[in-house]
Amino acid sequence: MTARSLFVPTTLFLLATFLIGPFLIIVAASFSAGETLSFPPQGFSLQWILKVFTVESFRASFAMSMFLAIGGTAAALVLGIPASYALSRYRLPGAEIIRTIVSAPIIVPGIIVGLSLLRYVVVPFGVGITLALFLAHTALILPYAVRVVSASLDNLRSDIEEAAVLLGSSRLGAFFRVVMPNIKGGILSAFILGFVTSFNQVPVSLFLSGPGVRTLPIDMMAYMEIVFDPSVAALSSLLAFLSIGIVFAAERFLGFSRYV
Amino acid sequence: MSDQSYLSLEKLTLAYGDSVAVADLDLSVRRGELIALLGPSGCGKTTTMRAIAGLLPVKSGNVILDGEDMTRTAPNKRAVGLVFQSYALFPHLSVYENVAFGLRLKGMKGAELDSKVQSGIASVGLAKFADRKPAELSGGQQQRVALARSMVMEPKVLLLDEPLSNLDARLRLEMRTELQRVQRETGVTMIFVTHDQAEALSLADRIVVMKNGAIEQIGTPEDIYNRPTSSFVADFVGFENIFALEGGGLKTDNGSVPLSVAPGLEAPSAAGLAWRPRMVTLGTGPFRGTVRGTSFAGHSREYLLDSALGPIKAEVDASEPVHVSGSDLSFDLPVHKAAQLSRIA
Ligand SMILES: Nc1ncnc2c1ncn2[C@@H]1O[C@H](COP(=O)(O)OP(=O)(O)OP(=O)(O)O)[C@@H](O)[C@H]1O
Ligand SMILES: [Mg+2]
Repeated sequence: MTARSLFVPTTLFLLATFLIGPFLIIVAASFSAGETLSFPPQGFSLQWILKVFTVESFRASFAMSMFLAIGGTAAALVLGIPASYALSRYRLPGAEIIRTIVSAPIIVPGIIVGLSLLRYVVVPFGVGITLALFLAHTALILPYAVRVVSASLDNLRSDIEEAAVLLGSSRLGAFFRVVMPNIKGGILSAFILGFVTSFNQVPVSLFLSGPGVRTLPIDMMAYMEIVFDPSVAALSSLLAFLSIGIVFAAERFLGFSRYV
Repeated sequence: MSDQSYLSLEKLTLAYGDSVAVADLDLSVRRGELIALLGPSGCGKTTTMRAIAGLLPVKSGNVILDGEDMTRTAPNKRAVGLVFQSYALFPHLSVYENVAFGLRLKGMKGAELDSKVQSGIASVGLAKFADRKPAELSGGQQQRVALARSMVMEPKVLLLDEPLSNLDARLRLEMRTELQRVQRETGVTMIFVTHDQAEALSLADRIVVMKNGAIEQIGTPEDIYNRPTSSFVADFVGFENIFALEGGGLKTDNGSVPLSVAPGLEAPSAAGLAWRPRMVTLGTGPFRGTVRGTSFAGHSREYLLDSALGPIKAEVDASEPVHVSGSDLSFDLPVHKAAQLSRIA
């Protein structure tokens, strides 16, 4: 074999190791029988996987994360679907500016978003922790919602709405009868993307979390500062498999990658 | 309401923003008439149809349908059907549900709905395809679903925007007959847009020729084909030798050339005259020309002549004697055969 023919496979192998390696280490560590987080794992046991379900704070923060991921994504879609519709169907003055503003939370580093929300919104207006987290997550998901929903709207010809109107439907009725059913896949994709984005969000949540109200990733960090046992690795593995499962299902049933 | 004007467009002006697309258009359509809207790209055909359907707000003027002023009526209250060039079928619904869509909105259900939808689908020959999605149909089949979807609503006027332009030649012919049949059986008033003059001539009761957002001529297919009134329409239907009249003669680049008016006939008072290549007589006549080019077209032979009048196109039976390229010959433009034009562009 020549050096040239080895180059591509080697590069691919290194890339895969770089991407998947840490994940495999975490998964291996979560089946350890030892008392501390370590690699290679000492022995094999399911005790840390089972322990995850008994930690009270994990349960509370998991519930909070689920609430933010589902509620925040739903809210982002309620705002994002009409916004995408307006952006794609009407020639709005300043449409480009609106697009830019809507995608700002993707571009601006999370730490800055978190800090400025805390400094200029939460503190001065005395917004509650849960509400602050909810608003922040909605804003973070909105760009994804608008982008994915816009993509599927752009694939849909607008004359079917006119056809529906000429067959007796109102404009609003046409939206629900012929637009929504045809962008269903895009909406579900946006939902999954938003869900995963919110669930894995750290920097913004870090600033906004407060006493007794935390998202799961923040709670895991706090837990690790006190207890250095493999249950954090076990929880990470569980979450990773949950995400993989969701994305796989989405791709399988909806052709998710068409919309992203 | 008079039967003469079931649908009337009165001084209709339509604009996109500040740019006027159709200006002061007047048109009366009889009940049950089949009208073809013919004209080059961008002349305002689609714009006019969208305004009749209510999809485009009217800038000024009125749309009167069946004695009612519809100018400000919402499109879903007009009882006007529109078959889009792109078909605009609902991709998530089956053929059956596409056709049932409007009837359901009217509140029809149960056996009545089912029998209407079934007969609508059957009337366009798609009974076997009722459960298919639009994406699983050919262009011609989709076209027919779009037609059935509009027809089951029993619209007062059915508008068709280039209904046949996406089909291949054979399907076009089939759909042409189909449209004619549907129109005869239901007596629905129809306006269809086309680029294709053969289609307009063969289908329509009357043809409306449009140019730059205005009507150039309205007439029966015979009128349009044999008696165009403007140089634009004349050119459109194949009068390839068009001349303005000036001081009783044909206007050319080198001044006016006197006409040969047969004894007993009056000199024409029109603004211009036009001849089809077929109408040009070769071998006799007051004009002389040189054969510049010739081509054989099966049953006939076409000539391009250079003359004092400018280039002349002539077409004669293939059985006539052949004139070779470069030969000099006399020819005639018989005035009594010419189309008399009142407007020269
Ligand atoms: N949405 C629009 N915005 C601005 N101008 C438009 C719009 N639609 C059409 N026009 C303009 O209005 C004029 C008439 O267009 P229209 O679509 O009615 O032409 P048409 O006769 O249907 O042409 P075609 O045969 O190509 O379909 C054109 O000059 C066109 O550029
Ligand atoms: Mg058009």
